Amino acid sequence: MEFRRGSNDDGLDRRFWGRSQALWSAAKREGRYPSLPNDLLYLSHWFSSVKLTQNSVIMPDTHTLVNDFLNKLKKRKIEGSKATAKLTAELLRSVISQQRLPNTNQAGALIHAIKAIGEQLTTANPVEVAVGNIVRRVLHIIREEDVSLTTASIGGLSLQGLSDDEEDNPLVSAAAAAAAARTTLRPPSLQTLLEDMTPHSAATALHHSSSSAGDSEDKTKSTDKNSRSRKLKHNVIETVNELIQDIATCHEQIAEQAVEHIHHNEVILTLGSSGTVIEFLCAAKEKKRSFRVFVAEGAPRYQGHTLAKELVARGLQTTVITDSAVFAMISRVNMVIVGAHAVMANGGVIAPVGLNMVALAAQRHAVPFVVLAGIHKLCPLYPHNPEVLLNELKSPSELLDFGELSDCMDFGIGTGSPLLHVVNPAFDYVPPKLVSLFITDTGGHNPSYMYRLIADYYSADDLVLQQRPTS
Amino acid sequence: MGAKKGGKQEDAVEDMPHVPLKAILLADSFNTNFRPITLERPKVLLPLVNTPMIDYTLAWLESAEVDEVFIFCCSHSKQIIDYLDKSKWVNQPNFSVTTIESYNCIGAGDALRLIYERNVINGDFILISGDTVSNMVLKQALDEHKERRQKDKNAVMTMVIKQSKPSQITRQTRLGTVELFMAIDPATKQLLYYKAKSDNQGNLTLDKAFLAENPSISLHNDKQDCYIDICSEEVLSLFTDNFDYQHLRHFVKGLLGDDVMGYKIFTHEIHSDYAARIDNFRSYGSISKDIIQRWTYPFVPDVQFSMSNSANLERHGIYMASEISLSYSSKIGRFTYIGKGSSIGGGTVISNSVIGEGCKIGSNVLIDGCYIWNNVTIENGCELKHAILCDGVVMKSESVLEPGVVLSFNVVVGQGFEVPAYSKVSLLPQPVKQDSDEELEYADNNSGIIPVTNTLENGNSSSELEPSDVGIGGRGFIWSISEVGHEEWRHSVAPIPESKLIELTQTVFDNLEINIQDDNVFPIADEQESGNESDDENRDEDQIFEKEIEATFLRGVQENVKEDHIILEVNSLRLSYNMALENCASALFYSMLKLALDTPHNSPANLVDNTNDVISRWGKLLKPYIQSIDDEIEVILKFEEMCLENGSEFAPVFVLILHLLYDKDIIQEEAIHKWADEKEGADESDKVFVKQSEVFIQWLNEASEEED
Repeated sequence: MEFRRGSNDDGLDRRFWGRSQALWSAAKREGRYPSLPNDLLYLSHWFSSVKLTQNSVIMPDTHTLVNDFLNKLKKRKIEGSKATAKLTAELLRSVISQQRLPNTNQAGALIHAIKAIGEQLTTANPVEVAVGNIVRRVLHIIREEDVSLTTASIGGLSLQGLSDDEEDNPLVSAAAAAAAARTTLRPPSLQTLLEDMTPHSAATALHHSSSSAGDSEDKTKSTDKNSRSRKLKHNVIETVNELIQDIATCHEQIAEQAVEHIHHNEVILTLGSSGTVIEFLCAAKEKKRSFRVFVAEGAPRYQGHTLAKELVARGLQTTVITDSAVFAMISRVNMVIVGAHAVMANGGVIAPVGLNMVALAAQRHAVPFVVLAGIHKLCPLYPHNPEVLLNELKSPSELLDFGELSDCMDFGIGTGSPLLHVVNPAFDYVPPKLVSLFITDTGGHNPSYMYRLIADYYSADDLVLQQRPTS
Repeated sequence: MGAKKGGKQEDAVEDMPHVPLKAILLADSFNTNFRPITLERPKVLLPLVNTPMIDYTLAWLESAEVDEVFIFCCSHSKQIIDYLDKSKWVNQPNFSVTTIESYNCIGAGDALRLIYERNVINGDFILISGDTVSNMVLKQALDEHKERRQKDKNAVMTMVIKQSKPSQITRQTRLGTVELFMAIDPATKQLLYYKAKSDNQGNLTLDKAFLAENPSISLHNDKQDCYIDICSEEVLSLFTDNFDYQHLRHFVKGLLGDDVMGYKIFTHEIHSDYAARIDNFRSYGSISKDIIQRWTYPFVPDVQFSMSNSANLERHGIYMASEISLSYSSKIGRFTYIGKGSSIGGGTVISNSVIGEGCKIGSNVLIDGCYIWNNVTIENGCELKHAILCDGVVMKSESVLEPGVVLSFNVVVGQGFEVPAYSKVSLLPQPVKQDSDEELEYADNNSGIIPVTNTLENGNSSSELEPSDVGIGGRGFIWSISEVGHEEWRHSVAPIPESKLIELTQTVFDNLEINIQDDNVFPIADEQESGNESDDENRDEDQIFEKEIEATFLRGVQENVKEDHIILEVNSLRLSYNMALENCASALFYSMLKLALDTPHNSPANLVDNTNDVISRWGKLLKPYIQSIDDEIEVILKFEEMCLENGSEFAPVFVLILHLLYDKDIIQEEAIHKWADEKEGADESDKVFVKQSEVFIQWLNEASEEED
């Protein structure tokens, strides 16, 4: 959920700024500097972040914080996407608050610093995609806040310019501000997409109008700066706080929708255990829905057992089955509800191992396969070879006792090559065609709609966190 | 008193969280198993799946929330300290690494004494050597240790063990170490007995008193010692008090053998966690494979737990680091690790191997089960099986390594040369004089670094002049393996050759047969008395004693020696074997019956006649040894036993011979009665002979009544 403060409402449509930025960087790549309006030239300082690396000094204490977190990620001490997401957001918040910002191009410096940390974090445990998601979200927040701040100031400028030069029509900027307010206040959806058409033209008009005010800009710039630098940081931190809040409450948001999906006397099947699923089922129970739950135990971790315990404690009729009995039971099931590790841009799901099998069984019997996913699980990347690259092989000791099989692993006898191999993948990839519905904290979505959600939450510039060497 | 103590200990518990957990890491194994490699580089810095061993140990200690580690360096200490200075371990928050250097330690004992003098350890600490790979969760073991310490101040040490079955054939574990026997109290987990068997026999000897003292023990030969010990500070002072403790396990044996101080050692068995120590080349290979198979998760190559470059895990357990150049036609088999910047030529087949960084492997090379370290060059057409190649080794084209070869640093194998199996090749000549291992290590410390440069220069200048051991254009000395020739296959990375296995299987069977025969020939004399079958030592002695008596008796019969002389000899035997009179009686009686049995006979009646002859001739011999009723009963029991086991021909004539013994006044009526009474409560199967002699006993009864 995006939420904007009133002070920014008189800004421009951010889509316009994104475009002008893209235009600018394209021009720079080609080595030509188009005769851009002055205000854009001024803005370009904000975006040419690359040269300002030396300014982005991380304070020593954040350095230890980052290292500590990195270590934990590397050693697989932090697991579970929600916990990781929350910790990442908190870490980034403290990094932002302690980051010393230069006088010019603050957003660029901030983005650079976050990207540098984000790169380390994502390589520390590439499988835990929630880390990358949150880093991208925070980057997106910085970009947005920056844009809204600049538009606010420019909005002010343009008004100022109008008083000097009375040729322009004040109605145009007022319309733009109104449109911006509309787009930012409302959650993005297909309808808003259509409505956006009008503010766009308005924004272009405004762009022309503000260009004429370029001369007066230099005077106001210096006075603006201090307040703006504090404002940017303040705004970003505030929005990151909201993000943390969102992550913390995503369970509740999702669970609120439970009554719409679970009906009387239904049979729900789930596999393994997921905090979101527990909340979801219990929310339906609290609303006096009576239904039964089949829990597949979820080998090799058998978290299904704890889930069953939990559900029974809350008074739900629960049946525990083995993973291999899923197909036998699925014909009696009305809906499959499961959690996810990550949701990819194509609507594919990285989920605990065994779920692909459940999804296939569900498809065969035309049972809806519903995936609950907090918005922090949305990953803007497309999966490539997800069975291998987005998977983690855990210790085989979860499956077997080493001691019992130690004689099978005596490499001194035979050819010397291990005859016994135990594979314990942590995740399954469920392709989007097997998923019927995603329930996120913003509502239910079709797998094919995921890319749209992603476009709202992430900037295209941040998809690749790895920074190429600038030299 | 007790209450007071309790109060104090509670305070101690409250203080616990403030006491930082310390660990002593011995960065020296104090043995020569990794020669010749360890002449040039300390064992703990040898790469294990492209990461130095010490990194695994340190990473584990860090994850186990140890606060302070004292690394004890001895040989090549400078290399270790240099490495640590460059590594990430030195500047970690919440994890301090301190090195302690020494030049004149010859064993772990010395090391611990030195650490004790430094006075850096207070409270519990973890003792580990720098070649241990583990991912165990320490907390539980630590808590158990602390809890025990509170109850019993003498519980000074907790030893971590893990189930691991030894091979039935080779009697060694998968880590190449000898089979380990442990006796553990199943209730308290106290370690009562610890013995590493070096011989090939499956026998184990326990003290009778030991069994008497411990009502319940469980004996294990399927436990592996992980060499992770949680010790209390007393351990250090104990080492200081006892100068003869040199190895860590000397100390364990010392404590177990010493009843005076009453110190106790406990065990903690881990199940799902992994822990193992690299002791020799075989364990190096086994543990490398375990790492590749991810038993050591999260300390696996695709997780960055140390400084080394991480690799990506692909299907079939293949780990690939970055910047690898693979030829189109090369085949990378399962469970292989390929390090950063290595290149592999066309037609090359690699399986079950680890290839380090910057290696250049030509085309049509066959590599199976090899451990290739960094910057190794292998030219076209080479063939390598189960070998270890250290940094900078060059193999010229078409050369071959037989299984079990170890090529130390910078060795060059000449073109087309075939290195024989199990050879160890080094640029350094083999140390000539080897009086004892300890001296060897000592010499190594002093001169470990100097000869490296010397011989390298020599090698450079004289490689054209003197023919090298490893072919034309090669450099290196093949070390002779005469000293422990037969042990080579045990400790090599190569699997044990088929022929060797067959041979070993044969000996195992032979041993079994011998044991079975032994049991037949020498029935256990005093089973009831010793009351325990595992009381092997006594049984062995009994058997030897019986054999001696029999030999003496037979010689006496053949040479017609005077009875007095035989008695004299038997007496001396009795004293030297520390046997009771009844043992002599039963042994002599047994010999007599055996003689009768061996005399040709064609019917049971004939056998009785034979026995009659023998007993009338030599019966007097028994007189001095049969002084009480108990001795007589012993003789009857012996006879009974014999009938059951190998002298079954006597079984039908049991009563007749019993009568004979009665007639000859060797056994009195009373003894027979008592014997019958004793057997009253026995099993049905044991009563066979009592029943047989029922009539005889009745007759005896009647006779005595008549006399009255």
